Amino acid sequence: MNPIAADLKSADMDTPRKPKVRIATTSLAGCFGCHMSFLDIDERLVALLELVEFDRSPLTDIKVCGPCEIGIIEGGVCNAENVHVLRTFREQCTTLVAIGACAINGGLPAQRNHLPLATLLQEVYTTRPGLAHGGIPNDPELPLPLHKVHPLHEVVKVDYFIPGCPPSAEVIWTFLSDLLAGRAPASDRRTIHFD
Amino acid sequence: MSDSCFSLDGASIAFAAGQTILQAAMDAGHYIPHLCFHPELKPHGSCKVCSVRVDGNMMASCTTPARQGMKVESATTEVDDQRRAVVQMLFVEGNHFCPSCEQSGRCKLQATAYELQMTSPHFDHFFPDRAVDASHPDFLLDFNRCILCSLCVRASRDVDQKAVFGLAGRGIGTRLIVNSESGRLGDSDFAATDKAAQVCPVGAILRKRQGFNVPIGQRTYDVAPIRESDRGGPEKR
Amino acid sequence: MSTATGMQAARVNEIVARYQAKPASLLQILREVQECCDWISPESVGIVSRALQLPRLKIEAVATFYSFLYLQPRGRYRVLFSDNITDHMAGSRELLEQMCKRLWIEKGKVSEDGLVSVDTTSCTGMCDQGPGMLVNNIALAGLSAERVDAICDLITDQVPIAAWPSAFFAVEDNIRRRDILLKAEAVPGAALQAAFARGAEATLREILQSKLRGRGGAGFSAGTKWESCRNAQGDTRYVVCNADEGEPGTFKDRVLLHSHADAVIEGMTVCAYVIGARRGFLYLRGEYRYLLDALLAVLARRRGQRLLGEDIAGREGFDFDIEIHLGAGAYVCGEESALIESLEGKRGTPRNRPPYPVTHGYLDQPTVVNNVETFAACRLIAERGGEWYARHGTPESSGTKLLSVSGDCGRPGIYEFPFGVTVREVLNECGARNTQAVQISGPSGICLAPDEFSRRIAFEDIPTAGAFMIFDRRRDMFEVARNFVDFFKHESCGFCTPCRVGTSLLSNLMAKLHGGRGSPYDFAEIEKLNIYLQTLSHCGLGHSACNPVLHTIAKFRPAYASRLVHHEFVPAFDLDRALSTARQMTGRDDSGAHLKEDT
Ligand SMILES: Cc1cc2nc3c(=O)[nH]c(=O)nc-3n(C[C@H](O)[C@H](O)[C@H](O)COP(=O)(O)O)c2cc1C
Ligand code: SF4
Ligand code: SF4
Ligand code: SF4
Repeated sequence: MNPIAADLKSADMDTPRKPKVRIATTSLAGCFGCHMSFLDIDERLVALLELVEFDRSPLTDIKVCGPCEIGIIEGGVCNAENVHVLRTFREQCTTLVAIGACAINGGLPAQRNHLPLATLLQEVYTTRPGLAHGGIPNDPELPLPLHKVHPLHEVVKVDYFIPGCPPSAEVIWTFLSDLLAGRAPASDRRTIHFD
Repeated sequence: MSDSCFSLDGASIAFAAGQTILQAAMDAGHYIPHLCFHPELKPHGSCKVCSVRVDGNMMASCTTPARQGMKVESATTEVDDQRRAVVQMLFVEGNHFCPSCEQSGRCKLQATAYELQMTSPHFDHFFPDRAVDASHPDFLLDFNRCILCSLCVRASRDVDQKAVFGLAGRGIGTRLIVNSESGRLGDSDFAATDKAAQVCPVGAILRKRQGFNVPIGQRTYDVAPIRESDRGGPEKR
Repeated sequence: MSTATGMQAARVNEIVARYQAKPASLLQILREVQECCDWISPESVGIVSRALQLPRLKIEAVATFYSFLYLQPRGRYRVLFSDNITDHMAGSRELLEQMCKRLWIEKGKVSEDGLVSVDTTSCTGMCDQGPGMLVNNIALAGLSAERVDAICDLITDQVPIAAWPSAFFAVEDNIRRRDILLKAEAVPGAALQAAFARGAEATLREILQSKLRGRGGAGFSAGTKWESCRNAQGDTRYVVCNADEGEPGTFKDRVLLHSHADAVIEGMTVCAYVIGARRGFLYLRGEYRYLLDALLAVLARRRGQRLLGEDIAGREGFDFDIEIHLGAGAYVCGEESALIESLEGKRGTPRNRPPYPVTHGYLDQPTVVNNVETFAACRLIAERGGEWYARHGTPESSGTKLLSVSGDCGRPGIYEFPFGVTVREVLNECGARNTQAVQISGPSGICLAPDEFSRRIAFEDIPTAGAFMIFDRRRDMFEVARNFVDFFKHESCGFCTPCRVGTSLLSNLMAKLHGGRGSPYDFAEIEKLNIYLQTLSHCGLGHSACNPVLHTIAKFRPAYASRLVHHEFVPAFDLDRALSTARQMTGRDDSGAHLKEDT
């Protein structure tokens, strides 16, 4: 049984006097599609906000993830910054959830993985015609890309996976309500989708 | 006519002489997950997704002959856990990016993963460097998604009486090859009417210009899970 | 067509003709093409394809299965260092590095001038006199730094291998202990005469009575196998001698074939007489190519002595002859059904069983497959009788066993002991000291710790195909297991998913632990993979691929515990190194251009 579940076991979902569950969400090498799908839970978001509050997330202004019960990440690990964010989430969140195809197997960005990074950078920044003033950007503000794009579970331990591109609002809602109610989120074969 | 029976998860399954566990189970309308088996082709027993527990030992049900009185366990958590691991191995061995695959929704690997409640590939990916062969006018060959089930090999050899496809290499280097001097499908005697053009369980042999003729969400396994469409039974033939 | 390709074509055509363009000889044809042309060019594939009337794809499929056949040029000198753990212990990796430096090449690559390539190969069976190597498939043993330097000179001077000093190719028998089998003088024809005197059925009874069990590992009753084959329905029957000897650490079949070939061949002939076979095969591993000419000479001599061929030893109607088939670098071909596939000229993929070879073997006909040592023992039984033989050894394991002793001991080599000998007795006899572990029967066998050294070599206690590798206290048992895991990964035939992918996953995890990136998470993963390999694999290779790890985890856990340096999961790859290309391309080295290790 997961820790939040244990915590919430005693709490009835109707008595919101308990401290709210903190959730952080972010997108690494992703397209925010999973976040959009999450927002598609529509009016249920209100019910959810009774139970949870958001830490770092596109929904808030918080820039660095603090201690949370749940962290939800879309997108794969493409560059150094992704690694920093992912590690912070892993440190701060009791339960870490990979959401969407990219977080789970690298997705579209990982389709570069069969090409050597050097070839890619060269192709994109120096040899392609029509580039203003070639040269690979070397601004220290920019995160450097990794040799390959990795799914989250190859970099940190991940507790749950919600596949889909994106997973439907329904699936996300069911998953969260299970988790918040202290049930081990069931993966129902009828709702699992990889596309 | 058959009066021989074995037990599959407690159900009594009748079988004819020479039938394997999977053949008999499918004829009786039972689903056992499988990938490298096709009812019209000679069983091969390589993917191991159809493994069942027979009197204590795990066996590939597609190649294990049915025996009178044998006790077969299939739908148990323990057996499904092992099958899921095998399916996960197939996912990380190749490059499977379902959202951009034309086969998504009709793919047996994917549908079997759903069936086995696989939410992630679990293992570290190999991200192999494999080619795409677009040389044929009507078909695309995407080696990234080939799971080496050899269905196309058997169909070409045994049904089409050709040898368009074959497996080469060894171990983790095993790969699908095409019979032509250039090694390209366009230069082989592959034809759209071949049985080999119809049996690929995944998106490795794809008919061109069919893209999104059925929208995602309305495809074979979106409509009904594989356990219903792939369980055989007399009414399915 | 250039004259060079023209000449090559002529040679390929000559080879094909010699094998009468038979598809079942495909592997032998390819092996000879490889030998004479240094690789199998697309033109050669074309010639073979047309002559044998096989699709190109079939030829490519077969050629790419075997390690010693190349569809791309691999240099005129192809050096392969034996990569068994005993070779490592004797310094093979340092010698390989030395050679690569001297020749200015990278392991696995061909030199720019196309002259030479250097790589590793699975155990070449020279463990008692390692490190071993193959140059163009010819075995060398007892390598040293000086020898490697000399070899480099010969290669750079492009001296043909036939002109290399013959001392370089010396291989010792190192027979340290003889018992009934190695002491016996095998007078050619004596066992056959004894068998004729008794008759086929009575000879079979002697074999049954001897309780002889197969020496290739599984220990199946030889008499029962012969009887089933004799009684099986079929047009014709075959005798196959399994001389694939691929299990790392095993080399007793090499010694038998070198110094007791008559005994082995006579054993096969007795078998042919009992089951009624007219044709036999000796499947010799490619690594033992250097034995081929001598073995062919023995066969020819025996034909001259009328001990092979028609009306053998004057017995009208008893016709039997033996062909030698060479393997080409594939351990799995030691598995009997894969061996038969290989004999038929195909990829060495293990068949679905049942049916078994005794009813559906070579060309689907009843076939006996026995190990080299099994046949040598059969010769002895045919001569001396089953009851006499059964008096040796233990009640459940009659007779003697040849042990291939290697590793940390004073006198490595061949030891013949009656079954029932304890591990400690063997250790004492070969001069082993401070022994930490003994790996019996190779990577697929069992690893024993000192508290088990009183156990006995016998089917009822510790069964073995013969390997006996000794590790003293200096050795790291984790690295031993890792070497074995890599062996299985290299030798997996790729047919079934759990072994094809699972052996690679296991190898990667062991590399992760080796690289200091291990955590309890990885340990749990290793244990899970072991179960998948063991329960789901198609053949014995996959089933036993987990043994090295299972046994060393159980008995040498500290060797693993010291590798689980992290409490929490860390990635298998070095994140900072994964930024190196980007750093290089951008010229950056600021702190943001680096990633610290997880702790
Ligand atoms: C992967 C694998 C490799 C094997 N290699 C050999 C071998 O090199 N030599 C051998 O005699 N038996 C080998 N065997 C065992 C054979 O399958 C077979 O049992 C044996 O040749 C029978 O002969 P025997 O009864 O005389 O032992 C191997 C088995 C497996 C599963
Ligand atoms: S072949 Fe199947 S599993 Fe692979 S990417 Fe396509 S839909 Fe997904
Ligand atoms: S191409 Fe398709 S049918 Fe052929 S082996 Fe690959 S996955 Fe199987
Ligand atoms: S277990 Fe390994 S060697 Fe045996 S059939 Fe499967 S892949 Fe081949």
